Amino acid sequence: MSDAPAWLRSALAALTLAAPSGLLLYGFLSAELEGRVGLVLAAGALAVAGAWRTGWLGRLVRMAGERALVTAFTLLAGGLVAVFHDDPFVLLLMARAFIVLVACLGLHVQLADAGVPNFAGAAFFGVGGYTAAMLGRGALPHPLVLLAGGAVAAAAGSLLLLPLLRTRGHYAALITIAFGLLFRTFFEVNESLGGPQGLKLAGLEILGFRFNDDRRVLGVEVSGYAGYCLAAVAMVLLALVLVRRLERSWLGLALDAVRLDETAAACFGIEVARWKIAAFTLGNALIGVAGGLSAMMVGFIAPNNFSFQESLVLVSILLLGGLGNVAGLAVASLIVVWLPEKLQPIQEFRYLLFAALVVMVLVLRPTGLVPRALRRPFGSPAA
Amino acid sequence: MSDAAPLLVCRDLTRHFGGVVALAGLDLELRPGEILGLIGPNGSGKTTFFNVLTGLYPATRGEILFAGGSLARARPQEVYRAGITRTFQRSRLCLELSIFDNLAIGAHQRLEHGLWSNLVRRRALARQADATAAAARELLHVFDPPLAARLFEPVAGIPMIDRRRVEICRALISRPRLLLLDEPSAGMTADETTRLMDDLLEVRRSFGDLSIVLIEHEMSVIARVTDRCVVLNYGRKLCEGSYAEVSSNSDVRQAYLGLT
Repeated sequence: MSDAPAWLRSALAALTLAAPSGLLLYGFLSAELEGRVGLVLAAGALAVAGAWRTGWLGRLVRMAGERALVTAFTLLAGGLVAVFHDDPFVLLLMARAFIVLVACLGLHVQLADAGVPNFAGAAFFGVGGYTAAMLGRGALPHPLVLLAGGAVAAAAGSLLLLPLLRTRGHYAALITIAFGLLFRTFFEVNESLGGPQGLKLAGLEILGFRFNDDRRVLGVEVSGYAGYCLAAVAMVLLALVLVRRLERSWLGLALDAVRLDETAAACFGIEVARWKIAAFTLGNALIGVAGGLSAMMVGFIAPNNFSFQESLVLVSILLLGGLGNVAGLAVASLIVVWLPEKLQPIQEFRYLLFAALVVMVLVLRPTGLVPRALRRPFGSPAA
Repeated sequence: MSDAAPLLVCRDLTRHFGGVVALAGLDLELRPGEILGLIGPNGSGKTTFFNVLTGLYPATRGEILFAGGSLARARPQEVYRAGITRTFQRSRLCLELSIFDNLAIGAHQRLEHGLWSNLVRRRALARQADATAAAARELLHVFDPPLAARLFEPVAGIPMIDRRRVEICRALISRPRLLLLDEPSAGMTADETTRLMDDLLEVRRSFGDLSIVLIEHEMSVIARVTDRCVVLNYGRKLCEGSYAEVSSNSDVRQAYLGLT
């Protein structure tokens, strides 16, 4: 193994990680009875714990490297879409997890990179959705509609900038909470936005390709949600590249400096306010784009979907995954989105479950499932 | 007294905190290349002076002229860009970042921060990272060669003396004209402090006319490295002169020791 070329080693390591993960995910997604779901979960937890305890998990992840892992994630997602091509329920579940991951990447830039709290994630998600609802009926091409959703969410966030820059910590968090509640009320009382009943949306359509239609591909019946799923995967990849490049650059370093010590940052010329604004705006834009796609996929949008609890769910994904770690974010998104759907009895108690899960993680493993890693040098590899 | 125009002139510099007068009309001059020791009992206004000078606390009254321009109303970022950097009494490094990251924060001014040059032109970014790493290594090497080899390790894992070194290098890497050192000996042994100051003086030789203001309680350090001392008490200048002069001054002895 040691004298194999680097790319081969990284590919093998990624494959070694992806194959059992794929099996596990397949088992979980295809299980119908609660007993079987529990069995798969137990087996998965055991396998992960074993791999982690023996150090193999960390070794393989390091050997694979970021690029191979992202490739493996893409292939895995594509493979699962192919396997479940005619199962709308599973496809919807996957697409939702990926969309939530994009939103959490936005939140990650704000909270984990710049240290700006945002407890109104669901509100910005909703702003993206409502923008898609209003503009989606017009002539504007839908990719631009999604981007517009991000832009409007970012613009809505700018309303918050002044109070947010004047406060820190709990107080800043409270401001975002108040804003989230306000926005929900705004949607509720605004009759032109459908009021409490909400709005219907046209499905996503790109270059004449209508995502809502079921179709036959090579003689096989394929659900419309397969397209949404792939679109969500593409969005995840774009967001991942953006966020990771941002973090491994001087921009990410400036955000770290702002988060860790504003006073010291200011003494070394770092414009604290400017960087907080940049992170908050970029984060809201990502959340808004994700919200737009989500609303188009579901075909319906109402204020109730954007409650404070939903914002808390987004933040809890960040804490669960490990504040500052994108890989942990992906794992946590899957857990938080899928678990309640698959274990119907706990559906009603899902907020309770998340609360318990977050408390457990914070007590047992305060840095989250996957702790923040040191920034890898981004100079040329040889130097 | 040399004839060169002073680098830093403070006139009637005053800072109130509510009813407390932390700095009471301080007049102070610093010549280019001079090392000035700032001494005085606890609470005499030394750190407040640094905080006012670096723009963290706006001055209640008074004027600060640095290299001809006024800094009395400047924000910390403008003070940095004018060429003044500092260390802190209690280390303010970013512990969870690497040594390199901390030094790169100090080099902020010289790094590209455009979206395009950071997200898209990754080759050029890598070159700039290489150049910054080389500058960081060179600087660390003067203080401690093994430390330079640990450039990409987290600061949290290195001992106190190395953290002081990193903090001083973070303040030096932007090649300032004035360096403010707030008690570099805090938490270190006398030997360690002596080594640190010797290394600093070595770096300074390659910097041309770097001026230093040094707050210090360790009088042996003051005696060894300073050209001149200013003694503060209750936010006022008690006296100034060479270390030998101020240490024999009766006012100073009274302020420090209560002797008459």
